[in-house]
Amino acid sequence: MIGLWKKQDLLAFIIALIGIWLLPTMISTYTLTILVIYGMLGLSLGLIWGFGGILCFGQAAFFGLGAYTYAIAAINIGESTVPMLLAILVPGVFATLFGAMMFYGHLTDVYLGVITLVVTLILFKFINSTAGPQYAIGHARLGGFNGIPGFHTLNVPGRTDIFIWGDTLYYVCALALLVVFFFVTWLLRTSFGRIAIGIRENETRISLMGYDVRARKTILFAIGAAIAGLAGALFANWGEIVTPGLFSLQQNAEVIIWCIVGGLGTRFGPIIGAAGLAYLKFLLGQQTLIDNAIIMGLILVIFVLFLPKGLVPATTSLWQSIYDRWPVRRSGSRRRTRSRSATHHA
Amino acid sequence: MAVGGARDPEAQPIMPETVLETVGLTMRFGGVVASDNVHFKLKERELRCLIGPNGAGKSTFFKCISGLHKPTEGHVFMQGTETTGWLPHQIASLGVGIKTQNPNVLNGLSVFENIWMAARRFYPNEEASDRATDIIDKLALSYIAKAELGQLAHGERQRVELGLVVVGNPWLVLLDEPAAGMSSADVEHMSRIIDDMTRTAAVIVVEHDMQFIRSIASTVTVFYQGAVLMEDHVDGVMSDPTVRNVYLGKKA
Repeated sequence: MIGLWKKQDLLAFIIALIGIWLLPTMISTYTLTILVIYGMLGLSLGLIWGFGGILCFGQAAFFGLGAYTYAIAAINIGESTVPMLLAILVPGVFATLFGAMMFYGHLTDVYLGVITLVVTLILFKFINSTAGPQYAIGHARLGGFNGIPGFHTLNVPGRTDIFIWGDTLYYVCALALLVVFFFVTWLLRTSFGRIAIGIRENETRISLMGYDVRARKTILFAIGAAIAGLAGALFANWGEIVTPGLFSLQQNAEVIIWCIVGGLGTRFGPIIGAAGLAYLKFLLGQQTLIDNAIIMGLILVIFVLFLPKGLVPATTSLWQSIYDRWPVRRSGSRRRTRSRSATHHA
Repeated sequence: MAVGGARDPEAQPIMPETVLETVGLTMRFGGVVASDNVHFKLKERELRCLIGPNGAGKSTFFKCISGLHKPTEGHVFMQGTETTGWLPHQIASLGVGIKTQNPNVLNGLSVFENIWMAARRFYPNEEASDRATDIIDKLALSYIAKAELGQLAHGERQRVELGLVVVGNPWLVLLDEPAAGMSSADVEHMSRIIDDMTRTAAVIVVEHDMQFIRSIASTVTVFYQGAVLMEDHVDGVMSDPTVRNVYLGKKA
């Protein structure tokens, strides 16, 4: 287990802690909280799409499901610990069933995208139409397009009278993201994670090696959904209301754009893409000169045209090329090429 | 995992056991009969080449055995277990190494990662790493062990694919056109590797290249229009007038 961790993980950990500590001096913690939550949602899709090759158009469905699960459970239970766990569990279980149906049915590529999108829209339509009093789970009325307000927000486990909110909620969310980030890092280095990347590369080969691709994809899909569910529950605590808008097409599209802009196949990319674009959207929302959607659309077009691999991979390769030009490194790499061709002829 | 068969050369039985058998294997695609009532037997540690003109049904037969196709009729038995209609991963789990016609490798990953992944299916993590390193040494791939597979030459990639087929120590190896598009030096290397495999495994090779088949000199099954035309040693097959007609066309 210890062998799985590397030096750069410690570096990432320290940088993250400094970031968590310094960022509130620049941006209000209220805004930062939502950026962190979106970062977690981005990471959840980044995991299953960037590493597992599963393009899910309905990641927001699990986000919304997590938020609604938390709200409904919190109203019925009157504390926050069990609802938080349920908010991770319910989307996870839902995704296991949903994923098994798709992957055991050999749905791939564009069909998978269509099905996931349709399921999200069904949830959106359904939740929107639950305004009547007959739609209630326990004491919680689903409330249709008005959503569910006034549920019990996050409290210190075991102490229902001490609430976690404001600055504290920001630190809790940031630490949760840190934990999720290192969980994903760990997962990707285990055999399961490495084979998941193999599935992204070539499904046929992995099954010819003797691995059950269907089961592995289902599990990865469920893990991604559980992370999105956790993000959703934190979102519910931040907003103190959940609405059907969480399941909307726009929310779905945004998660995908975050991943593309940040960079697929990286762990940082989707987080940075999510937080960056959400912050940009927040800043653009403060002016009325140009429509928000035009600028966001323009950014996506520019990225697809000029930085198709996304922000993080582009920065990494730029850094790499500068690093390689360093004289000491160059002689090293030249030696490597020579030894390569020497063995080749031998 | 289920990797039976005789691994230990000393424990060799007097009568080699049949490890693969097909009974009346038929595969239809609509009105086309791609495999027609094929009865086929393969003995332990036997090397068998499947030849035939284009569209003779070699690859279809191959795909029916490896689980990539589900046969319309007939049965497949592996070491006495019926595997008809099993999925590729179930068949591979029995200890069958499969190389398809088109290179099926993980292009975005390193040579080591490719071979490690194949080894991990049958061995725990650490042992899989050791075995992967062993195979990489054996196939003379050490100088590119960390290179991304997508950037390697065709011959190197073919060798890597062979490496990930054999690293799980299979008792049956299915190779579809392993020498396709390779240089003569690579082909020679390949025939040595295949020769090495037959020490522990039965091997089926689907091939066009007669030079290559001669160099690994084995029993040959000739396919024609989906059915088995004849089965003999390579020299017998080559001198047979029917086979020559099939290959060169009757009007020639």
